[in-house]
Amino acid sequence: MSDKLLVSTRKGLFTVTRKAGQWDIAGVDFLGDNVTLTLTDPRDGRSYAALDHGHFGVKLHRSTANGWEEIPVPAYPPKPEGYEEKDFWGREIKWTTSKIWALATGGPDEPGTIWCGTLPGGLFRSTDHGQSWEMMRSLWDHPMRKKWNGGGADWPGIHSICVDARNSKRVWVAVSTGGIWLTEDGGESWVLIGDGMRAEYMPPELAHDPVAQDVHCLAQCRAAPHRMWVQHHNGIFVSSDEGKTFTEITGVEPSVFGFPVVVHPKEPDTAWFVPEIKDEKRIPREGKLAVTRTRDGGKSFEILTQGLPQTHAYDIVYRHALALDEAGNRLAFGSTTGGLWVSENQGDSWTGVTHTLPPIYAVRFA
Amino acid sequence: MAKVVFTPNVQRHVGCPTAEAGGRTVREVLEKVFADNPQARGYVLDDQSALRRHMTIFVDGQMIRDRIHLADAVTDHSTIHVFQALSGG
Repeated sequence: MSDKLLVSTRKGLFTVTRKAGQWDIAGVDFLGDNVTLTLTDPRDGRSYAALDHGHFGVKLHRSTANGWEEIPVPAYPPKPEGYEEKDFWGREIKWTTSKIWALATGGPDEPGTIWCGTLPGGLFRSTDHGQSWEMMRSLWDHPMRKKWNGGGADWPGIHSICVDARNSKRVWVAVSTGGIWLTEDGGESWVLIGDGMRAEYMPPELAHDPVAQDVHCLAQCRAAPHRMWVQHHNGIFVSSDEGKTFTEITGVEPSVFGFPVVVHPKEPDTAWFVPEIKDEKRIPREGKLAVTRTRDGGKSFEILTQGLPQTHAYDIVYRHALALDEAGNRLAFGSTTGGLWVSENQGDSWTGVTHTLPPIYAVRFA
Repeated sequence: MAKVVFTPNVQRHVGCPTAEAGGRTVREVLEKVFADNPQARGYVLDDQSALRRHMTIFVDGQMIRDRIHLADAVTDHSTIHVFQALSGG
């Protein structure tokens, strides 16, 4: 059980801890600054915090015994002289880290290895706790990358990274928009997978093209890596073959639209989502905030609302703002309107920690 | 030697004291300053060594024109101000 949460917000990084059965804000770092994501490495206890200073760019900090230290941020290679790269809309794609959108630890046999996904689509790996970064040119130079597009942001970005608990050389990344990519050789080569996903925002002949898929979040069961869950722009999809193929789950109430998904670490059929009215509105249905849970691989879903506001709630929960602890019992999520809720019984009931934080971008157990 | 003055707003993130360095262009001067203060570089320049989108540089009161190569001319008596562009309200 984890008793500590790191909550990344528009105005600082809040530490929330559980004492005497109560969750409360214990401290804040980087107050006033835009903290977009954190990662805590269970192998050594170090935490990483991504900041976006706007004018001054994206930065990365690492925890020390005495606070935080700034470490190098992943940097794109020099763009070849005269080389022009434009996106779908004809805008120049700048080869510069404009957002850190994913942070993940390598496998247990790779101490110090950290993966980092960014906008506009670069994937980076560090083997020295973030002290230096290597871009995965194998993915960046893949000709199919030119088919990636901005979806969740102005530029394409890697927001989900899953490392196979059995074999650290097998890594899945998900792109918005650009589908799901798998390496089985530690990043030497990549293949596009994800047949069966459907993009209703594309013309019919392209709707099933794996590279056109706007995956909002990809989650893999640690104990049963064959099972992967996708919260997609227009639906929920589940895979039983490591993401090679997906089946669409339809008819989920109150909605199949949302951003995050988490899967139980040992029970591959158990997953949680935060539903909203689909993309043109992006608010909880009827102003009722809810979490949905399936325990049977998507055959049925429960709508979990106990302890959550059920009138005039317009909270949006971003893709990194729903978290599940290592044991698979405690959940927490934070919203764009500064609400933070915790459950200690897999979502059966929720306790509000605060409703007055700045907009929340990410929630992680630490 | 040209004088380089940084916006006060960057100082809480990384110390950028006023510095002096020689050079014929903004690029040449700034590269010398950043050689002594490498952490400051990424706060002003992006991955391609161009001026960050929301930053601006003045040479003797004139906003520079070349935000990519920073080729604007500098004299030994110039003052270079590295400021935030006014954006966001």
